Amino acid sequence: MNESVLKTLLVSFSICLICSLVVSFAAVGLRDIQIENKLNDQRLKILQAGKIYNPELEIKTQFEALEVKFIDFESGKLLSEYQDFSLESYDQILATKDSNLSTKVPQDKDIAIIKNRENIGKVYIIRDNLDEISKLILPIRGFGLWGTMYGYISLENDFNTVAGIEFYQHKETPGLGAEVDNPKWKSLWPGKQIYQENKVTLRVLKGKVENDDPMSTYKVDGLSGATLTSRGVSNMIEYWFGDSGYSNMLKELDYES
Amino acid sequence: MSLKRYQEVIIKPLIDDNPIALQILGICSALAVTNNLTVTLVMCLALTTVVSFSNLFISIIRNHIPSSIRIIVQMTIIASLVMVVDEILKAYDYETSKKLSVFVGLIITNCIVMGRAEAFAMKEKPLLSFFDGLGNGLGYSLILIGVAIIRELFGSGTLMGYEILPLVSNGGWYVGNNLLLLPPSSFIIIGLFIWAIRSIRPEQVEDPDFKLAKHSTAPDLSKRELNV
Repeated sequence: MNESVLKTLLVSFSICLICSLVVSFAAVGLRDIQIENKLNDQRLKILQAGKIYNPELEIKTQFEALEVKFIDFESGKLLSEYQDFSLESYDQILATKDSNLSTKVPQDKDIAIIKNRENIGKVYIIRDNLDEISKLILPIRGFGLWGTMYGYISLENDFNTVAGIEFYQHKETPGLGAEVDNPKWKSLWPGKQIYQENKVTLRVLKGKVENDDPMSTYKVDGLSGATLTSRGVSNMIEYWFGDSGYSNMLKELDYES
Repeated sequence: MSLKRYQEVIIKPLIDDNPIALQILGICSALAVTNNLTVTLVMCLALTTVVSFSNLFISIIRNHIPSSIRIIVQMTIIASLVMVVDEILKAYDYETSKKLSVFVGLIITNCIVMGRAEAFAMKEKPLLSFFDGLGNGLGYSLILIGVAIIRELFGSGTLMGYEILPLVSNGGWYVGNNLLLLPPSSFIIIGLFIWAIRSIRPEQVEDPDFKLAKHSTAPDLSKRELNV
């Protein structure tokens, strides 16, 4: 009986039906928590990059205290609205896949190998009591050794000094390139300067920064055994603080203040 | 079914019939997820759950599975369970699921799950099959946890993220062994485990596939008759 065509069809159909029901119930039922998790993870990195994360408070409430703005990379202007996108749900990484919302980076300028740059990005602003900008948190990304590294870098209110850096997604080698996540290495960043006479100078070295190097504020120790990852981070800084990145916006803000 | 049988299906896969050390199954994930103990524990939990429940469900319907499509039916059940486990991990342990990435999904192709379904659950009663899955999952976990402890402790100087041997790069004295952080090191560690187990239990040593023939003297050509 088991081997008849009818039974075979019946068994396969009912197994598929039951299994698909179970899987879809699990997927739909847990979707909200999953999206929340993913968002919280990114929010945490944003807060950590800005050095304002307080583990005792909920991530979401702390994050909501930040001011979010769109940035038009072309003009360097900060916008409060763009088309009908909401500041909360706009995803700039997703925008790079849409040719209407992104621009192809010419190959000779694509030092961080990001291929497409979104036209509109997002920046996070921390204001002090006097409503002046005290820190800026900017998304950055670039190719390391195995894949694109995604992260955030934050700047002090002189728009030149690094306040912190964090990566929320990368595929670097554990123990070598993945040390971009090492708190000790990240702690080398605060206080470093990005621009010297309007030129992006900050670089990750191969090896260590000499103690008596007069340029040491523009140099970060390399990750040992991970030259290509270190170079990727350098390229990322160079691209995102260059003309097609945030430099227009930073100049604009500088004039204002 | 006697209690002894249940005991046997749980205890035996731990050392005597270990899926990794004796059957050399499921090596892929043993290499990939063992550089951090926390991640390994979650992976072991995921695999044990999947193999137990896939055995249970397959055993329940074993008398109704037409043999012509039995492998596909088993795969469908296993794949669904893995997807459910993956969804649950993403919802309740996002950090670890991020680190495990594709390896939860790859439980589908883990030979242990498929092997137990085909070799055990298709023939035995549901409850016994469930415990057989549990036993094999625990056997897998035993080896993985062992590998993970060695790799994480001597590779990054930590256990479950807690610092045990302070690394030089964090201002301590221990120079981490970078080889242990890379997947191939598990090969060596698993190899050592297999060696250790087989030294204690010599009956696990397999007969070699080929044996050298006994040395013999060359045939005496002078005594052969010439046929030409």
